[in-house]
Amino acid sequence: MRYAMAIDTKKCVGCSDCVVACQTENNVPIGYCRDWVVEVTDGTYPQLELEIRSERCNHCSNAPCVRCCPTGASHYAEGGIVLVTANKCIGCGACIASCPYDARFPHPDGHVDKCTYCNHRLLEGLKPACVSVCPTKCMYFGDLDDPNSEVSRIIKKRKWKTLIPEAGTSPELYFLI
Amino acid sequence: MATRRDFIKVSAIGVGGLALAGSSYGLLKKVIPAVKGNEKAQKVIPTRTPTYCEICFWKCAAWVHTNDEGKITKIIGHDSDPHCNGRLCPRGTGGVGMYYDDERLKTPLIRTEERGLQVFREATWDEAFEYIAGKMKKIAVEHGPECVALFTHGSGGAYFGHMLKAYGSDNIGAPSFAQCRGPREVAFQSTFGDLVMSPERTDIRDTRCLVLIGSHIGENMHNGQVQEMSDAIDKGATIITVDPRFSTAASKSKYWLPIKPATDIALLLAWIHEIIYNEWYDKKYVEKHTYGFDQLKEHVKDMTPQWAYGITGIDPNVIYETAREMANASPAVIVHPGRHVTWYGDDTQRLRAIAILNALLGSWGRRGGFYFPEKVDVPKFNHPPYPKPKRNWRDAFPGMYNLAEEVIASGICDATIPVPERECAFKGWIVYGTNLIFTLPDQQKTIKAIQNLDLMVAVDTMPMEITGWADVILPECTYLERYDEIRVSPHREPYIALRMPATEPLYNTKPAWWMAKELGKKLGLADFFPFETIEEQLDWQLKQMGTSLDEMKKLGVKKYERAADDLYLDENEPFEFNTNTGKIELFSTAILAEGFDPMPKYTHHEEPPEGFYRLNYGRAPMHTFSRTANNPNLTDLMDENTLWVNPKVAKLWDLKNDQYVKLKNQDGFVSHTSIKVRVTERIRWDSVYMVHGFGHRQPQMKRSYFRGASDADLITRVHVDPIMGGTGMRGNFVTFVTENLEA
Amino acid sequence: MREEIIVSGRMNHLIDPYLQIWHWPIPFYLFVGGLAAGILFFAALMTIRGKEEQYTAATRYAPFIVPFLLVLGLGALFIDLNHKPYFWRLYTTLRLESPMSWGAWTLMVVTPLSIIWCAINIRYIFPKWQWPYEWLKNLDAFFVKHKMTIAWVMIISSTILGIYTGILFSAFNARPLWNTSILGPLFLASGLSAGAAVIAFMGKTHLEKTTFAKIDLLIIGIELFLIIHLFMGFLASSQVQIEAASLFLGGEYTAPFWIFVVFLGMVVPAILDFLELRGYPIPTVLPMILVLFGSITFRFIIAFAGQASRYLY
Ligand SMILES: Nc1nc2c(c(=O)[nH]1)N[C@H]1C(S)=C(S)[C@@H](COP(=O)(O)OP(=O)(O)OC[C@H]3O[C@@H](n4cnc5c(=O)[nH]c(N)nc54)[C@H](O)[C@@H]3O)O[C@H]1N2
Ligand SMILES: Nc1nc2c(c(=O)[nH]1)N[C@H]1C(S)=C(S)[C@@H](COP(=O)(O)OP(=O)(O)OC[C@H]3O[C@@H](n4cnc5c(=O)[nH]c(N)nc54)[C@H](O)[C@@H]3O)O[C@H]1N2
Ligand code: SF4
Ligand code: SF4
Ligand code: SF4
Ligand code: SF4
Ligand code: SF4
Ligand SMILES: [Mo]
Repeated sequence: MRYAMAIDTKKCVGCSDCVVACQTENNVPIGYCRDWVVEVTDGTYPQLELEIRSERCNHCSNAPCVRCCPTGASHYAEGGIVLVTANKCIGCGACIASCPYDARFPHPDGHVDKCTYCNHRLLEGLKPACVSVCPTKCMYFGDLDDPNSEVSRIIKKRKWKTLIPEAGTSPELYFLI
Repeated sequence: MATRRDFIKVSAIGVGGLALAGSSYGLLKKVIPAVKGNEKAQKVIPTRTPTYCEICFWKCAAWVHTNDEGKITKIIGHDSDPHCNGRLCPRGTGGVGMYYDDERLKTPLIRTEERGLQVFREATWDEAFEYIAGKMKKIAVEHGPECVALFTHGSGGAYFGHMLKAYGSDNIGAPSFAQCRGPREVAFQSTFGDLVMSPERTDIRDTRCLVLIGSHIGENMHNGQVQEMSDAIDKGATIITVDPRFSTAASKSKYWLPIKPATDIALLLAWIHEIIYNEWYDKKYVEKHTYGFDQLKEHVKDMTPQWAYGITGIDPNVIYETAREMANASPAVIVHPGRHVTWYGDDTQRLRAIAILNALLGSWGRRGGFYFPEKVDVPKFNHPPYPKPKRNWRDAFPGMYNLAEEVIASGICDATIPVPERECAFKGWIVYGTNLIFTLPDQQKTIKAIQNLDLMVAVDTMPMEITGWADVILPECTYLERYDEIRVSPHREPYIALRMPATEPLYNTKPAWWMAKELGKKLGLADFFPFETIEEQLDWQLKQMGTSLDEMKKLGVKKYERAADDLYLDENEPFEFNTNTGKIELFSTAILAEGFDPMPKYTHHEEPPEGFYRLNYGRAPMHTFSRTANNPNLTDLMDENTLWVNPKVAKLWDLKNDQYVKLKNQDGFVSHTSIKVRVTERIRWDSVYMVHGFGHRQPQMKRSYFRGASDADLITRVHVDPIMGGTGMRGNFVTFVTENLEA
Repeated sequence: MREEIIVSGRMNHLIDPYLQIWHWPIPFYLFVGGLAAGILFFAALMTIRGKEEQYTAATRYAPFIVPFLLVLGLGALFIDLNHKPYFWRLYTTLRLESPMSWGAWTLMVVTPLSIIWCAINIRYIFPKWQWPYEWLKNLDAFFVKHKMTIAWVMIISSTILGIYTGILFSAFNARPLWNTSILGPLFLASGLSAGAAVIAFMGKTHLEKTTFAKIDLLIIGIELFLIIHLFMGFLASSQVQIEAASLFLGGEYTAPFWIFVVFLGMVVPAILDFLELRGYPIPTVLPMILVLFGSITFRFIIAFAGQASRYLY
């Protein structure tokens, strides 16, 4: 099993529902976020292009954050999800410094926190909170090893990119372009 | 963090509701075994209660989740509600912040110093009602009850409306007419004999071509429309966006027409010209249903794309091509009427042009165009007849605005300032859920009006600007803590939704229905409030509607069948439109009768003087007007607005990203607060842009205090629509102030 | 114009607007680690070369600072941890891919080693020193007997420690400024230079002072060479690394780096060392202070500038 998410930048409107839904679902403290929205404008008025991306941990299959963790708190879970075990984490910050996407943050409780692909929901057969709230339905989630999952199908059908491929992290978060 | 165990509990509770709703059977199957293994879960009392969202007027039905301590954890859209389809917008999801905002109004307050100085003392509810009732009785005796007006923009306003009508006044106005949708409703009414309504009857889901004229869906986060626009993108619909700013919608469009502001009517007329003279219109439909085609054809004879190019700056080929795109998609095409359409004072005429274009394309009453919505009625309970008011706001504007079907909120404000000719100016205002200082244009006028009042009551949840001017502030609990009226709204199929409290109100706050009833009693109007509790009233009403309060608590929303299969026009049947001619009026007899142009004309609007820029404003997806600016979850997403400045302008003025500036308008008014510059190509060089709703100046609201600036500070020039009294607000010009920014 | 903005989210404390997860404790920890490594390295080196008697400051006196340095360093590391009650988790697993992990374990080796080294050398400081218990005496005798072996372990582990102080940064691909293999040798050199400067200062004999002044001069030369390579490498690399380098070439960190680290921390002490070797009466405390100052500043600047450098996407 290989969980992945694909986000359609052609439909995303940057509303940030995914950000606030993550906050209420995962009890992310006010002032922190596990996901965020980036907007890139290119060109000169009126020849313009806009790309909007909802970003979060890429659940890299070659994750520097897992590699550099001295205690094993950062680890791969079922389906390649990168997770942090709070009571193994010493809060050294190495994983934070190692993530080229700045996807992790120190939780006020001391341990490191980040997107979990809502694995507590996956266990119940639900989609991640951000995916299930998105008003434009521009997020797809599923198992890349299953050729019939919606994420496999959309990735086969559409052009996509991942972020900073040159960092060699092999992200499992795809942006449809 | 929500643990696996917590989740199971939540689902377990959901089971009851789901079973009854009969939806999501798959989920049910998955959940039950998990519940069996968890004894504790079964003992827990219900942890989700139905509501409909009050953060904007789309009113999405939702479930409020609470944890075992009864604390609200999250709000999730109701799967079977067509307003949201299980997905709230960011503001609805962040609605929890409204409940948790610890800077809310907490107890009734009575003014002790001069009005506007904002010195209040805490009061009991009884004292507050006693004070208000005393003043209202006095006004009734001295001036007549008609001299009290209600401004309302929120669900609970209905209860105050009932109370006010019982008292003897029908001056009940909402800013959603003359500051918002008014022109489109009047224009569509006079064209099709019917309103656009809310939610808009646009069949975006099935459209093949969506034309957005300044309607910035995606930033304007009206949920159902955003969702359907996304569906339309998936299905390959063509989107054409006309906006001087590169809006989010523009970035999703096949065609973006970067129009020169205030020139839309010229573009619309050119489109009409192309569609008529290329014979692209729906001939059968036009012949069968419309009135005045020949006059229209003659009227637009010279309004060619070339002509419009000179006015709008839009390439004639693009005008031609986009007209053809619409025609190709016809009748599954929507030239969207927009919603906040009070722009330049000739707005009804612009919306008429939009309505006409739709008529030519045959989209009214067609799949993928505009459907015929249906709603159910909530039965009215028995009470003594309302007294008949002797006067109303129309008397202040003799012979004017006859086509306005709703009360002009700004008109009440105007008519509060006494003039010798007028018999009675308004003497009392009850302001429910509208921050008039930010909402009505020309703040000075609003304040002047308030200073002339004998009584000013603000019913609000937050210590907003408007509450600072009140004599009595009544703190309402949030929508998450109260019952309200049953939500009925027109849709493809009629649905109703229930709002019930998810938890006890925090602090000493109360729901509107209770306030209106208690105040009513003090006014001697107890007969008008026959029910002891709101539950009784709702249950009575729901039972008339074939359900009950108990059932609705479990269902949240309920769908009714349409009375007839008439979502779209039946091509084979005749149809009588509710206009003077019974036809779709391309030539409007009603507008002509009021003495205005029966067909829209382009008129030139003033342009910014040297060194000034047109003040453009709009919405941010994560905020609603000024009401969410202090919501902790939503300020987390965006805590101030920015001033969009074209790089050319920034260079000219030596403005840098993130630098703070103030703005000064053509009348010398300077914004009270300063705003951060965002240098961006997304705005034209002749305009600046900001999101409405920031620049609060209430120190009680710390998260929003002095964050960003308010467009309302700068909208002092108002172009009133002569047809329906709408307040055109986009004719203001500003320049930058870069010095002395403190204070 | 290209405009890239974060429209929402990303106000995470210590992450935004730019990374600030590591404050003074980490560069301080790396500085004392480097200095400790430098001193132990020379102590071991001189012992192995059989020059124990000629270089007593290196082999006998300077190492006494080391345990204190290491304890300070570990203390600083501890201060830096955000989830302190779980500190012990560091020692429940060895993760070879994690520099933090093998740094922790290296310290676990080096710290006792440095204490043993002090123990077997304590007799030179307090000639009357007697170990209280018999077993301690036996232990002492055992270690003295195996001094050479200890010296070998020490030279290897201190080299690892020295390199580690650089690798901790350079293992982070994510921060373009750190993402260079030169940081390891460079920080090793910086630690050795600091160690040499301290020994030169503590040196009792003219021979020891001048030898370590020479060593210091040599290492500074190597450091300058490595720094030039570092920048040439950056500038010949990808856009992100060019941007990273620009922090030092016109950017925010230009003045502190070139004035404090390169000029005051390397060039000036090199000149002083040179003059001293030429026979000018230069107090050795001067180059030592400058070298230490340069070395600590260097680590602070690399730590902070590295966090400010990031991938653009
Ligand atoms: N300058 C400018 N003016 C505008 C607009 C603009 O874009 N720019 N837009 C116009 C449009 S389209 C509209 S529809 C109007 C909107 O105008 P308003 O509806 O007045 O907008 P808000 O500023 O959100 O003010 C809402 C008030 O209701 C309060 N409130 C929120 N929830 C509750 C509740 O549950 N109970 C009670 N009692 N009070 C509550 C809030 O605290 C706030 O004081 O503004 C119009 N005016
Ligand atoms: N997130 C969020 N969504 C909301 C609301 C909210 O507060 N927050 N409020 C809701 C309400 S009540 C309303 S009324 C709607 C309002 O939303 P809409 O009806 O969609 O938008 P307007 O405010 O009329 O128009 C804003 C757009 O008009 C463009 N514009 C400005 N001048 C011109 C012009 O001369 N010509 C053309 N063609 N375009 C122009 C602006 O650049 C901007 O993109 O939003 C609704 N949705
Ligand atoms: S919720 Fe969906 S549309 Fe909104 S920002 Fe997130 S991904 Fe984009
Ligand atoms: S995005 Fe960052 S935190 Fe997530 S797996 Fe990749 S490196 Fe680790
Ligand atoms: S902060 Fe925690 S998760 Fe991150 S590397 Fe250190 S121990 Fe591992
Ligand atoms: S998958 Fe879950 S944890 Fe990750 S960003 Fe979405 S809501 Fe947050
Ligand atoms: S559109 Fe958003 S704010 Fe409006 S009612 Fe729906 S969820 Fe609430
Ligand atoms: Mo509106």
